[in-house]
Amino acid sequence: MKLRLVLALLFASVVVPVAAQDRLPPAPYAYQQLRDPAEEAKAKELMETLRCLVCQGQSIADSDAPLAGDMRHEVRSKIAAGESPDAIRRWLVARYGNWVTYDPPLDAATALLWFGPLLFLALGGWLAFGRFRRGEADGDGEA
Amino acid sequence: MRNRWVLFVPLAIMGLLFGAFIYRLTVPAETLIQSQWINKPMPLFDLPPATAGVEGLKSSQLADGKPRLVNVFASWCIPCRAEAPQLEALKAAGVPIDGIAIRDRPDDVAAFLRENGNPFDRIGSDQQSSVQIALGSSGVPETFLIDGKGIIREQIQGVILQEQVPEIVAKLEAMK
Repeated sequence: MKLRLVLALLFASVVVPVAAQDRLPPAPYAYQQLRDPAEEAKAKELMETLRCLVCQGQSIADSDAPLAGDMRHEVRSKIAAGESPDAIRRWLVARYGNWVTYDPPLDAATALLWFGPLLFLALGGWLAFGRFRRGEADGDGEA
Repeated sequence: MRNRWVLFVPLAIMGLLFGAFIYRLTVPAETLIQSQWINKPMPLFDLPPATAGVEGLKSSQLADGKPRLVNVFASWCIPCRAEAPQLEALKAAGVPIDGIAIRDRPDDVAAFLRENGNPFDRIGSDQQSSVQIALGSSGVPETFLIDGKGIIREQIQGVILQEQVPEIVAKLEAMK
């Protein structure tokens, strides 16, 4: 009983991802391309920008985790059923949040990511402008 | 030049950046992906029975007026075994529990139920994780609290602990 409790506490601290312990063959479309090359191209492009949930840092196109295989099956099945890649991405984002997409939308959290470069360009321009003006004022062309 | 200290600003920024990198390398970010599919209706599904002698699970069965738990588990998931006593305790407290077995085989599910008991009213077999993905679930075990109208109210990721049992009973009671 005590051992059970210790085990439970131990496991509770770790959510175990869907690891490769199951004994089922992969889902049909996990490792098999769609018959129509155009559809497969669409699916592949989408899968490369969807993040694997259990092997974080990899896209579902790159991962061999069973859940990634099942997600590829899901994506290919939906593409084959005529759904657009954008709709599938929205469907997944509604479930897993923006976390699941490698193509982050513009919102409050990502605004700095999008406008940061402009911000730094403006900052650089301002610094350079100040420097040039000072150079002129000194009149000695200090480099 | 008066403001000589300004020269140290880039160094200070680099120092801060380095500090941030070292911090994140030693203390990895929270990697639990919580479902965003909360306060939303159960996705539509109709899963076949996970093994002989149990009933399959349909989403329409989850809106019968009784708040309940839906436990996402698998026979190959070791922590799910550690969770079994807590599910039994919940069942004993009168909580209806349905199961969804992920990527599982009927024989393995039967063996799992033999060894760990069967607290489930119904167990659907989700062989390609499609219901799991539709729920925004990313691992096993996970447990969803469903109100009587079939709306998902909460997701619990990982093993339910003994001390969470009364809390869960109270939450489901409050949904009645």
